[in-house]
Amino acid sequence: MSEPAPERPLNSGRTPVSIVACPNGPLLIRGDFELVGADGSELPRTRRTVALCRCGASVLKPYCDGSHKLTGFKSEP
Amino acid sequence: MKQPSPRGEVSALVLAIIAGTTESQQDSIERLGALVEAALSETADILYDDDLQLALFCLYELHYSGIDGAGDDWEWNPDLLRVRQQLEVAFERRVRDEVVLGELPGTTSEAVCAELFRMTGEDSGPSMSRYVAKSATNEQLREFLVHKSIYQLKEADPHTWAIPRLSGRSKAALVEIQADEYGNGLPARMHSALFARTMRELGMDDSYGAYLDATPAITLAVNNLMSLFGLNRRLRGAIVGHLAAYEMTSSQPNRLYSRGFKRLGYGEDALEYFDEHVEADAVHEQIAGRDMAGGLVESDPRLLQDVLFGAAAGLAVDALMTVHIMDAWEAGRSSLRASESMAS
Repeated sequence: MSEPAPERPLNSGRTPVSIVACPNGPLLIRGDFELVGADGSELPRTRRTVALCRCGASVLKPYCDGSHKLTGFKSEP
Repeated sequence: MKQPSPRGEVSALVLAIIAGTTESQQDSIERLGALVEAALSETADILYDDDLQLALFCLYELHYSGIDGAGDDWEWNPDLLRVRQQLEVAFERRVRDEVVLGELPGTTSEAVCAELFRMTGEDSGPSMSRYVAKSATNEQLREFLVHKSIYQLKEADPHTWAIPRLSGRSKAALVEIQADEYGNGLPARMHSALFARTMRELGMDDSYGAYLDATPAITLAVNNLMSLFGLNRRLRGAIVGHLAAYEMTSSQPNRLYSRGFKRLGYGEDALEYFDEHVEADAVHEQIAGRDMAGGLVESDPRLLQDVLFGAAAGLAVDALMTVHIMDAWEAGRSSLRASESMAS
């Protein structure tokens, strides 16, 4: 077996978080993170990688529901 | 799946051969090749040809869950593979005639992703989701599930064929999407299982292929297209493009489907399949467009055209199925095959 990749040591239990700012779309978050409400309690979540709304139009907030495509949301000014 | 009923000479002979009910196997296979050739030269349109689409569907099904009474050895029988190729060549040519690609974008991941979002954002005909949300009857909801069941009860499987054909970023992206499709380790969360639950909530049979006899050729063509792309390595770009387009046209329609089922009084157990897809596919479309399709083209720019072709082909054939269904519903007819009533 080769040595584990340094950025993801085995047994650390943590995968570094990456956030992709999708052009004209949501924030795509991968890795080990917690998503909590204002009171610190964990929000309902059924998948590892999530897309967070940043256009404001989703009916599933904080998650994206694809509404940015209908509203013509632009992430660049 | 259970053996479907034949729809003509070609599908009848395919089914008889794999069930071992022909008198001389070798003679039958030779006759099949000639029959297919004749049928291909005579068909008005292979996309709407019940006999040829069913024959191709059954040949593909040998690679999935199989067909009752058919020996597993038929999957790699060279004579049947040759017949499958005869059908595939004509089918692919017909689909390519249907598809017009716009100006090619650059080969960066972001350019490919943007082009796929542009293509999938264009209005491509009547909207079944708006109709389901506002007007569909209970019987039409059941018909809708019949059409969808051919794919959704094995949801994600045709695209899984692509995994060993990709590498690096595009492979990791495809696996990330498929893991979600297959329930992230929880069988009850598999999208195919959620769809089966919706069918049961409507009192329908959720075994694979239970309603195959009722589905028209164009619904089989939608499914055969995915198998064509998935089972041929040379079309790996197309299966990737197909999945990207599929994910990109899913979130909003599923929101509307959910609304339609809720309107007719169905509860959470029936709605969950659709609700799950609103959220899941808003994630998947980003991964699919940028990392899977874009990543594939960045690693092999020669595949750009194939990726876009796969996306455009999926959208085009899906749109033809929608036209078929909506035309029937607007005329007050069933969208299913006339000879088949749908037993409740």
